[in-house]
Amino acid sequence: MTRKQRRLYFVVLGMLALGAAAALVLSAMSDSIVYFYSPTDLQTRHVSAGRRMRIGGLVEKGSVMKAGKTVTFRVTDLTATVPVTYTGILPDLFREGQGVVAEGKLDGNGFFHASEILAKHDEKYMPKEVADALKKSGQWQGGKGGASPPAAQEAPSP
Amino acid sequence: MHRFANPARFLRIANAALPWLAGVCALSIAAGLWFALVDSPPDYQQGDSVRIMYLHVPAAWMGMFCYTAMAAFSAMALIWKHPLADLLARATAPVGAAFTLLCLVTGSLWGKPMWGTWWAWDARLTSMLILFFLYLGYMALSNAFDDPTRGYRAAAILALVGFVNVPVIKFSVDWWNTLHQPASVMRKGGPAIDPSMLLPLMLMALGFQTYYFVVLILRARAEIAGAKIHTIRMAEVHAAGRGE
Amino acid sequence: MDAIRAFLAMGGYGAFVWPGYLLALVVLAGLLAVSLKAARAREAELDILQRGRHRAGRRGVSSGE
Repeated sequence: MTRKQRRLYFVVLGMLALGAAAALVLSAMSDSIVYFYSPTDLQTRHVSAGRRMRIGGLVEKGSVMKAGKTVTFRVTDLTATVPVTYTGILPDLFREGQGVVAEGKLDGNGFFHASEILAKHDEKYMPKEVADALKKSGQWQGGKGGASPPAAQEAPSP
Repeated sequence: MHRFANPARFLRIANAALPWLAGVCALSIAAGLWFALVDSPPDYQQGDSVRIMYLHVPAAWMGMFCYTAMAAFSAMALIWKHPLADLLARATAPVGAAFTLLCLVTGSLWGKPMWGTWWAWDARLTSMLILFFLYLGYMALSNAFDDPTRGYRAAAILALVGFVNVPVIKFSVDWWNTLHQPASVMRKGGPAIDPSMLLPLMLMALGFQTYYFVVLILRARAEIAGAKIHTIRMAEVHAAGRGE
Repeated sequence: MDAIRAFLAMGGYGAFVWPGYLLALVVLAGLLAVSLKAARAREAELDILQRGRHRAGRRGVSSGE
């Protein structure tokens, strides 16, 4: 084996070992890397009331009610829902049927009191006319929003 | 590969390609800007703020592309010890850092009106910030030692170790819950962007890609000339030392 | 006039769109300028050095005779 070959194997093996180590660390830390929990996570994990956290999902259609500056709505991941109240300014993209991330605390009755609301949008970009035409022709695949839950529970599998 | 690794041959090919690359770069950025700012529709959800995408997304691609190139050159430099590979890795770093910075700042400017925040510590944004720090670390390290070859070697190892971060950036939006949305262009089932918006995006991406090659060649030329100056000076010092 | 104003307003997002494009211009043009200047300066310096060495070389030969 020449010295060049030896260095080549060394670099390749080093990168493989490094990649494996990174994958292990990231999958172990996966719980703290997620930016928010889904409503299903809240049910399965039995999160204690009063802990600061973020929840995310879709704003359920027809659930938004405004009273002055206070707004209440339900966040859903199509399996479970969490009712949320929030007082303050909403981002431009806060809309029914679309992704949202709320930061705040859960109270004893399962109500989520948000202190900050962030909008999450999906990966689709198109002009308004195209969106209208798709909706009219029934080819619209909207409603999935940004906060797609399926990938959330999976551990990283690099 | 070794045939192209000769600096004189590299300079000949690079200098022949330079005007063409510069021409493609200028034309595609000019056309890209026209479509990005004037002749493309506002988004059905995000309105005119979507025009930030035409900078943000190509800048993000280039931030990751440059790091990949830098890591590949570093690996070649470590394994085959070719000075040209080392030199190209060093010439790539500032370009990658500039694109990554551009990606971070335009992302922030886009996030404020759309998401409602300038910054979020989600996996995508955080791993992109780490990429920026890796570039800064690489540039600092390659200049940190009095003996340049030692600095280059340490920097090349850092570039390789940091490469782990690149797939993490790419797949962060699939592996974890993030505020950032999943990929729009390089995804299963084809791009989720209307053709009228994909055109400016691709023109800007082509412009940024050729910009990288132009700046890479210029920086490589400066490095090659610098290395020759260094050898001449060293030879003169030696000659003077013997002459006394 | 109104068309220009509407273009600059960017549907209310002008304050976010324009700083982004301005920064891109500053960063990319700046890096290009610095790289071009460095390449020209180093190559000019090398040129002077190499010409100087040629002359020195010839002088060396003539003095030897």
